[in-house]
Amino acid sequence: MLNDWLFIGILLVIAPIVPLAATVIPDFIGPRKPSRLKSQTYECGVETEGETWIQFKVQYYIFTLIFLIFDVELVFLYPWAVAFNQLTLFGVLEGILFILILVAGLVYAWRKGALEWF
Amino acid sequence: MGDPVTLIAKWLEGLLAGWGLAEGPTAVVMNLIGVIMIVVFVMIMDVFLVWVERKVVARFQDRFGPNRLGPFGLIQPIADVIKMLIKENIYPQGIDRFIYNLAPLFGLFPVLLLWAVIPISPTTIGTDINVAVLYLVACGAFISLGIIMAGWASNNKYALLGAFREVAQMISYEIPMVISLLIPVILARSMELNQIIQSQNIWYIVAAPLAALVFLISSIAELGRAPFDIAEGESELIAGFHIEYTGMKFGMFYAGELLHALTVGGIFSSLFLGGWRGIGAMTYPIVGTFWFFIKAYFIYWVIMWVKYSLPRIRIDQMLNLNWKFFTPLSLVLLMVTAVLDKLLTGVPMLIYFGVMLAANILIGWGTVLILRKTRKKEAPRVAEPKPIARPDGAPPIPAITPATTSQS
Repeated sequence: MLNDWLFIGILLVIAPIVPLAATVIPDFIGPRKPSRLKSQTYECGVETEGETWIQFKVQYYIFTLIFLIFDVELVFLYPWAVAFNQLTLFGVLEGILFILILVAGLVYAWRKGALEWF
Repeated sequence: MGDPVTLIAKWLEGLLAGWGLAEGPTAVVMNLIGVIMIVVFVMIMDVFLVWVERKVVARFQDRFGPNRLGPFGLIQPIADVIKMLIKENIYPQGIDRFIYNLAPLFGLFPVLLLWAVIPISPTTIGTDINVAVLYLVACGAFISLGIIMAGWASNNKYALLGAFREVAQMISYEIPMVISLLIPVILARSMELNQIIQSQNIWYIVAAPLAALVFLISSIAELGRAPFDIAEGESELIAGFHIEYTGMKFGMFYAGELLHALTVGGIFSSLFLGGWRGIGAMTYPIVGTFWFFIKAYFIYWVIMWVKYSLPRIRIDQMLNLNWKFFTPLSLVLLMVTAVLDKLLTGVPMLIYFGVMLAANILIGWGTVLILRKTRKKEAPRVAEPKPIARPDGAPPIPAITPATTSQS
C-alpha cells in the first residue's frame, strides 16, 4: 500500500525538475540584453493603459460556485460506484436520489439564469 | 513469463539485495529507477510529438511540414529544443516574478504526474493505486492552476482574460468528464486502471458509447484545443495566457499541451478501448505496449483531426454546451447505467452489453429529438435587401446583381 504511493511521492520530486531545468538553463547560456522597449507589455504595439489586475466579470465567479457544488457532490459518488457489487437495488436507487438532488440544483441554477452568459 | 520488464525488475531487485540493501531502501531505489525511466521516456516522446503534430497539421493543410533536417524532418524537434534553450529569458515589466517563473512548471509537470498510473503494458505501470481514476481527475485539474498563474502574473490584460476563459472552461468541463468517468468505474467495479482494462472482455465503448463521446469532447475542452480554444483565440487575445512567455518557458506550455493530448488518448484507450488488450498481449505482455500506443495515437489523431477541422466556438456557446447539454446528458447516462447494471446482474455478457448499447442508442435518439424540438429558430443568414430612402421623384437605385457589376 505504502509502496504504491512511494512511486508518486518520488515522481512529485522528480517531475518538476524537468521543466525547472529547461526554464533555468537559458538564464545561463542565453544572451541577456534587457531593454525598456523589449520588456514592454505586449498589447499589439499600443502602450498599455491603467491597471491590469482589475475586477473581473462576475459570471466567472458564479460558474465557479456552481462547479464547486457539483464537484464536491460528485466525489461522493465514486465510493458508491466502486462498492457497486455490495449494493442492493435499494442502494442504487438511493444513489439515484442523490443524483436527482444534484439535478434539482442544476435546474434551479438554470431557472435562476445563473447559466446565462451576458 | 517472458516479459523483459519483469525480468529486468527482478534482476535489479536481486542485484540490490546482493549488495546488502535492506527491503526499504531497495523499494526506494527501484521506484526511483522506475520514475526516471518513465519521465525520460515520456519527455523523449514529447519532443517527437512536436514533429508528429507539425507533420499531421501540414497534411491537413495540404503542406509538407518539416522535411529538411534528417529523414522526414525527424531531427527538427531536436533543433527546436536547442534553439529554444539558447533564447533569452525576457522578463516583461510589472510582472509578479516568482509566480511568472513558477507557472511554466505547472504547465508540464501535472501531465507527467498523470503517467504514473497509466498502464503501458500489463506489467509496465508506474503504480497501480486503487484510486487511479480519482488521481487522474485531480492531476488533470492541476493544470488550470498553472494557467491562472501564468495569466495573472504576466501583467497583461490579454493574458488575464485568456486565463479566466481557460479556467472557466476547464472547471466547467470537468463536471461531465468526472460523471462520464464514473461509468467505466461502475462497469468494472474498480478505480484501478489495470483492473478496468482486465475486465474489458468487450470494449466499454460498446456498452457506453455516449459516455465515451462525452468524455472525449470534454477532454478536448480540458486541453483547450480547437474548437474550444477561446482562451488563445489569436484573433481576439493574440496568444492568451502565455502571451508574455518566450523561449523555453513558452515551450513548456506547448510541450505540456501536446503531451496532455496524447495522455488523454492514453486515458481514453485505457477506459473505453481496452488499453493494452489485443492479440498476444496476455501471453507476451510487451506486445501490450504496441497495442496501447496504437490506440493512444489513434485518439490523439482524432483530437488533431477535430482541432484542424472545426472553427472556434464562442464562450457562451461553450458554456451552454457544457451546462445545458453535456451535464444533464451525462447525469441521465449515469443513472440509466447504474439502474440497468443492477437489474442485469447475472445475465450473460453478450446480452448485458447488448442491452447497454440499446439503452445508449435510445438515449441518443431521445437527445436528438429534444434538441430538435428546443432548437431556436435561426435568423436568416442573408438579410433581405431593405428599401433605400430616396427623395420623391428620384430614380430608384438598381439592384446590384453580378450581371450589372460585370457590365460596368
